[in-house]
This record gives sequence, structure tokens and C-alpha cells, in this order.
Amino acid sequence: MASSRTVDETFLALPLAALTDAALTRALDLGCEHADLRVERIHTQTVSLRDARPESFTDGEDLGLAVRVVHEGTWGFAAGVVLTAAEAVRLAEEAVAVAKVSAAINSDRVELAPEPVYADAMWVSDYEIDPFGVPDGEKSGLLIDLSEQLMAADGVEHVQSSCMHVKEQKYYADTAGTRTRQQRVRIHPEFTALTVDRATGQFESMRTLAPPVGKGWEYLTGGDWDWRGELAEIPELLREKTKAPSVEAGRYDLVVDPSNLFLTIHESIGHATELDRALGYEAAYAGTSFATVDKLGSLQYGSRLMNVTGDRTARHGLSTVGWDDEGVAGQRWDIVKDGVLVGYQVDRNMARLRGMPRSNGCAFADSSSHVPVQRMANVSLHPAPDGPSTQEIIAGVERGIYVVGDKSWSIDMQRYNFQFTGQRFYRIEGGRLAGQLRDVAYQATTTDFWGSMAVVGGPQTYVLGGAFNCGKAQPGQVAPVSHGCPTALFENVTILNTVQEAGR
Amino acid sequence: MSPQELVERALSASTADGQVTFVTESSEANLRWAANSLTTNGAMRSRHVVVVSFVDGGAGMAAGTVARTGTPDVAALVVASEQAARDAGPAEDAVPLVSETPAGSGDWDAAPAETSIEVFADFAPALGQAFGEARDRDELLFGFAEHSMRTTYLGTSTGLRLRTDQPTGRVELNGKSPDFSRSVWSGVGTRDFRDVSVIDLAADVQKKMGWSARRIDLPAGRYEALLPPSAVSDLMIYLYWTMEARDADEGRNVFAKPGGGNRIGDRLAELPLTLRSDPAAPGLETAPFQIVGASSGSASVFDNGMATPAVNWIENGVLTNLVRPRAWALRTTAPATAAVDNLILEDPTATASQDEMLAATDRGLLLTTLWYIREVDPQTLLLTGLTRDGVFLVEGGEVTGAVNNFRFNESPVDLLGRTVQAGRTERTLPREWNDWFTRAAMPALRVPDFNMSSISPAS
Repeated sequence: MASSRTVDETFLALPLAALTDAALTRALDLGCEHADLRVERIHTQTVSLRDARPESFTDGEDLGLAVRVVHEGTWGFAAGVVLTAAEAVRLAEEAVAVAKVSAAINSDRVELAPEPVYADAMWVSDYEIDPFGVPDGEKSGLLIDLSEQLMAADGVEHVQSSCMHVKEQKYYADTAGTRTRQQRVRIHPEFTALTVDRATGQFESMRTLAPPVGKGWEYLTGGDWDWRGELAEIPELLREKTKAPSVEAGRYDLVVDPSNLFLTIHESIGHATELDRALGYEAAYAGTSFATVDKLGSLQYGSRLMNVTGDRTARHGLSTVGWDDEGVAGQRWDIVKDGVLVGYQVDRNMARLRGMPRSNGCAFADSSSHVPVQRMANVSLHPAPDGPSTQEIIAGVERGIYVVGDKSWSIDMQRYNFQFTGQRFYRIEGGRLAGQLRDVAYQATTTDFWGSMAVVGGPQTYVLGGAFNCGKAQPGQVAPVSHGCPTALFENVTILNTVQEAGR
Repeated sequence: MSPQELVERALSASTADGQVTFVTESSEANLRWAANSLTTNGAMRSRHVVVVSFVDGGAGMAAGTVARTGTPDVAALVVASEQAARDAGPAEDAVPLVSETPAGSGDWDAAPAETSIEVFADFAPALGQAFGEARDRDELLFGFAEHSMRTTYLGTSTGLRLRTDQPTGRVELNGKSPDFSRSVWSGVGTRDFRDVSVIDLAADVQKKMGWSARRIDLPAGRYEALLPPSAVSDLMIYLYWTMEARDADEGRNVFAKPGGGNRIGDRLAELPLTLRSDPAAPGLETAPFQIVGASSGSASVFDNGMATPAVNWIENGVLTNLVRPRAWALRTTAPATAAVDNLILEDPTATASQDEMLAATDRGLLLTTLWYIREVDPQTLLLTGLTRDGVFLVEGGEVTGAVNNFRFNESPVDLLGRTVQAGRTERTLPREWNDWFTRAAMPALRVPDFNMSSISPAS
């Protein structure tokens, strides 16, 4: 999977060695047990169109450096944007000052699990066309063209389109001797059609299912996703949705498409198996987890068909890296095996706390101005090796609902109770799709839901979905992450009618 | 190079038809803790340089934005933003740039304001003491404290030179029993931490931990609910974020009128509730002019520097204004308005404190905060979310125990219509949205039939 690319020369030409020497030497002089330096440059373009006309085009680059230390057992962190040796020294001193102020509230001595030293390492994600090498006018032009196709269709009154693409370059150095340089590219194009019935005031929308991925501009121009095909189908699907009957609330067998299931995995497995949450580090903000450490190896998370891995190596995965933000190499490991909780996502400090020999590499900071915390790997549900197609799964359902695409999501602070909507819900009658339904939401408790998983689709149904905007930590940080999954059948799931929920 | 100098250099390097440049100098310090001990911390500084160029390629004015951190090559930045504008094509929100200096713009020549980790010099030891006291009671404290200073210098090719300082601070304190089964919360927003009392926050947490000693299980259903100011703020902020005039005029949000147009003039609340923003609101002071890096339906780069005076969004229960950039205002012959970074809900006739409202409750649920609020149906602005860190059963005017959490499905627009009592407005910290929005003052609200859709086993 390694591409022949290297990290851009303009990043490698930054005074990385001088900054490293200045920051780490000063930190050691001040008595730190550990120190690391990160230099990050994150280039982001966001193109936004309203009704196929330019709304905004922004090009942002965030370049800065950060020093993190462990001083007398306490963390200290300082970040700035001036890339000089003098500033690196100042940041080392400030990080130590932060550790000293913080010592008044620290009673847990910080120690890090060991990791091999990577003295001169480089990694570049797998993409073909650097989006920042494509002229801006060409990018806007293609997005306008695709939007106009959707806008021109009967019944489509408005179109909202956007594309965000990111190139993330990162240098990491620590007092153990690791020096890594990496570059990742990701892209997220999105098109939404809206229809408005002026007389009744009803409006409805439908969005493309294409997931954000760790690819370059080829995602829009190559054959990986049939953009024009999907955009051609949306107007009729939207028209059908507006005329669809409102769902009758109750219990149904639910066939969940990967385009919806990835987000349910994210919320109910991905976050629930973050060890920092289980230990309470996120208790006041993102929350804790029902999957506590006393249940490791025994908690029946779901049915025996359920196998989930954490993975920072998946090709085109948004959370895929060469090394994490503590210099730990990307890995792949089991989280749920045959339905039982068997693993967590951890960083070096937590690995040490739990007596693990090594971190599984889940430390991430969303920019140089934020401290690394445990963030999500690509957490994915395995397909059944000889499993059925989506059509075959539907054929086995007498009375049910098939959900496609993600929309609204919400889950509680211990990851029990969740509620999701979707882009499209279809009624299943006698093993066949029988038209769309409106106003549908599904609501469940995590272990009940995964326990009700009765059929897992085969590899032919597997899709790598994902999101750019996973939020966690204070101050808030945003992380991109992918989730692969097959189509799956969940029995006897609670379906709400959202209009009734609104008391209408 | 000073931030003012950066702005001047960018403006003088312009070859475009117009330019807006702003530089934001920011500094920030934070402490985070869990289970009576530190988890993370930090002291960060940054400088953000944003150049927006405006180019008329013949078909209409276009805009391009380029942003960099640090002290970038200004000439290259200006060239890049002008190229971005040429590549973007004509902008729908094009109007002449603002040239009138808004009231309340600050001292251009003065150096930026700063904060540092020393802002916690008294706070950290006081917190350490609270940890010790919590340990003695066999309780755990979790939370976060943050202070930031942002100074923005905004210059335009039309001659504006504006400056604004934005201090922002927040503290959240979450108390739990060692098994996490009981969980309560207290939080405040602040400008400078001088008004933050760890003792008061810890006392509030201790009071609510006491209320939680008795656990009562209740089923899903509709309940009379007392929503405290924090919970009200999270719902009203979502409503505020949805108040885009263009979306309403185009028939695509809750403020659209069936048959066309928007619902301005419609009564939303039976009580004389006013929802307003005011950049000069005491304790909630914020920028009195627009600073916009990218256009959307509710803000325009062409409006940079536009005055953002006090505005009533809802007045005496009636919808009176929506957020409307100047270009859309011209197209719809309606007044231009801009979102302001604070929000106040009040009932001028209200006299009751939250405690008095509680004492007057025969049977109902006193909530603490709301969490994971997401939009389910934009048509009605139906939101879902969870109750968090304290649902207390009130019987005969007193708290009699803590109830399980619930998932709710409710629309803030509908809630305004069903609210039967509002208390006195007080400054509050939104729980869900305080990463983005900390300047809020809200009353407690009494809603007779709050929709608790299902039970959440979370605590």
C-alpha cells in the first residue's frame, strides 16, 4: 500500500532539526522525564455552493509547533506559531511552567508505555492526485457542473454542495529518539437536493451517500464513485420520499445499509471502546462508557456474528497513519470477537496504567495547538466471509424497514441509548422493498441492538464510510475517522414516528 | 511584525477591486481534570491572518479567502486570495464594502490583549482543595477550566480600521459517586476568572450530590419540567442558529410560512418572552461589528465591519427578526441584521427565582443540563437529546430524589409556545454548545408536558 510519494519538500524544508534540538534539549535541561515536539501544517480548502452558485471558497493553512513534557510526573503542554529555535525553547519553558501550575491538582504520576524508536521514518497516505495541485478554478468548475446537473432536475428547488479537502503534514520528535514525518490527504464532497411544496410548506431533502475518504482529487474524477449516476437518481428518490406515507411507529426488523450503519458503529462501538472514556477522563464532556474495564473479556456486546477491529492501517481510512502523535506505529487489533468485548483503544499513558506491553497507537491531536488525546481508530465491523448480499438479506425479511444513508444521530453519555434517522427508509413486505417511508427514526440500547444482529452481509456489501467531524476533548478537537461495515439485519428494533414525537 | 502592520501591508499590496484583511491574535490557557486529578492542560498562542479579496471579472464581484497562521508572506497571501476570487466566479452576496465605522470599535494602535496559565494561579490551588474535600466525602470531581483572549484587527480597502477584544472563559465542575451512578454538574461563564468561585461551584455540586442520594425510577412520558437556564440556553442557541432569513424565505426552515414568505410577525410564545442579542450586554460583551471569513446564508464576507447593534429576535413572544446579510436584505427589502455572539431570553414580567419556581411545583422534574442535541426534523425543528447530570423529582415544592435520565424529542419553537412560566434571567453556561457559545443569559422555564421519549440508563 505504500505509495512512492514523499512528504512535500516545502514541509521537509522547515527547520525541523533545529526546532527539535532547541525544544528537547531545553526540556531535558529543565528536568523533564519525557518531551516531544510536533510541527504540523494543515492545508484545508472548503468550497461551498448554494444552488450551484459560489457561496464561499476558503483556503486555510494552519502551521505551528507544540512541546509536550512530563515534568516530575505531571503533563505540561505549550503551543505556538513561530517556527524559530528561540520560540521552541520558550515553548519548552512554558510547558514546564504549565506542569508546575498543574501539579497542584495532579495526583496521578504520568508514565508512558514503551515503544520502539523510529529514528528517521516517513509515511505518506495512499492517494493519486494532490487536491492542492489541481487549479482552484478547475475544482470549483467541476463542483458547479455537478451541482447544475442536480439543480436542473424536475422537482429540485435548491441544491447545497460543498467539498472539503485537507492535506495534513506532521513531524514528531521525542526524547527517546523517534523522528517521524508524514503526510495524509482526505476529501469530502457532498451534494444535497431540496424540494419545497409552497402550498403546504412541506420541505424535504436528500443527500449523496458518498462517504468522505482518505483519497485525493481522483475521488471526484476517477471511477471510484459514480457521482453523475448518484446525482441522476436523487431527484426521483426525493420525489418518492415526499409522497411516501408516514411510518407507523412500532417494532420492525431493520436492514441497515453500510451508509447508515457506519455511524451507528462510530457512536455505539467506536466511542464506547475508548479506554479514556471507560476510565472517566471524558466524564464531564464526551462522557464515559458502559463497557468498563471490569467487563473486558466477558461483556456480551452483541450477537456471536459480531466481530469488530480497531485499525490504523486500513487503506484510504481517515484515521490511518504511519505513527500516532506519540510516535507509536499504526496497528490493527480486535475490539469485539464473536460478540464479546476483548479490546480498547488506548494511548501510551493508558497502556501503562492498564499494564499493557504497548500502546495500540490511538493518540491524536487535531492541530499543533492541541494536546494529543486518545482518538478513534478506524473501528470496523467484519463482513461474514460467505455472507449474503443486501438483496438476499432483504429477501429474508417478512415485515421490516431498510435504511440507507445517515442523517440525524444522538447517543447518551454512557453510550447506551441512541436514536438515528437516515436519508431513505424503505418498507419491506414479504422479502421485497415496497416503497419509501417518511418520518422514521430508530431508537435502541447499544447491547440490545447489537445482540439483535441476526444476519451479517458478505464482503460484497462492505463499504468504508466515515466522517470528518468527530468531536471530543476540552478544548474541543475534531478528528476524521472511517468505519467499514457490511449490510446487516437487526431484529425487532423500535421505530419512532418523528412527527408524533413532535406532538403533531 | 505587529498585527496592525500586517493588515496595512496586505491592504497596500492589493491589486483587486477591494480587500478585507483581519488578524486575530489569540492566547489561551486550560486545565482539565478527572477523578480528582489533572488529565491535560495547555498554554497556546496563535496568530491568524485572513485576507479576503474582491475581484470584478466583468460578470460581477467575486470573493476569495486565504487564511494562514503565524507571520506569512503578505504579498504572496494577497496574490493567492486575488487568484482565489478570480477562480471562484461572481458572488451572489456581492454588495459594496462597508465604509462607515461602527460604534464601539476599539483602539487600533494598542497592543493585543493576552492571557496565560497564570490566570489559574489562585484557581488551581482552590480546585486542589476542592479535590481533597471531595475525596473526604468519597466523591469524584471532573471538569475543565479555560480562559482565552482574542484580539482582532480588521482593515478594509474602504478605510475601516477596527479592533475588538474578546475574553472568553468557562468552568465546568462535574461530581460523581465512585461507581459513577450519581452524577451532577455546575458551570459558569466568565470574562476574567476573577468572578469564579471554586467554593460556590463545589457547594452547588455537593448540594446536588445530596439530592441524588435517593434514586427514583420513572418511565418515559410527558412530564411537567423545570428547565434551568443552562438547559434553556442550549435549546435557544440551536433555535438562534436556525434563524436564517434566506432559508425561511426559501421555504426551508421552521421559520418559513406555508404559502411563501417567513413567519416574522407570528406569535411563538404566549408569555411576553423576548429573545435578543446585544454586543454591549453587561458581562456578555462581544464584537460590535461583523468579522466574516467565509460567506454562508447567514453571514457575508461583503459585510465585514458592518455594525451589529442590539437586536430583538423575538419580542413579547412575537418573531420580529431573522439573520439577514445585506445582499439578501436588499433582495427582499428587509433590514440587514447579523448574528451577535451572545443571546438573552427574558420575560420582563418575571420575578421568580429558580428556587421559588421549584417551591411552587407540586410534582415535576427539575432538569440540570441537556446533551447530544441533534436535529431530527427541520420542518418543526424537532430536536433530540438526553437529560444529563441530574433529573430531580420535585414533590410538594421539594426535591425528593434523583430520577433516571431520558432521551427527549422536542422542538424549541414548540416549547416556547407551551411554556407557562419563566423565571428571572441570569447569566448561564450552555452545557452542550459551550465550545462555540458561552455568552448567554436565560431564565428557568416551566413546561407542563416535556416529551421524555425513552429512558436512558446512562448516568
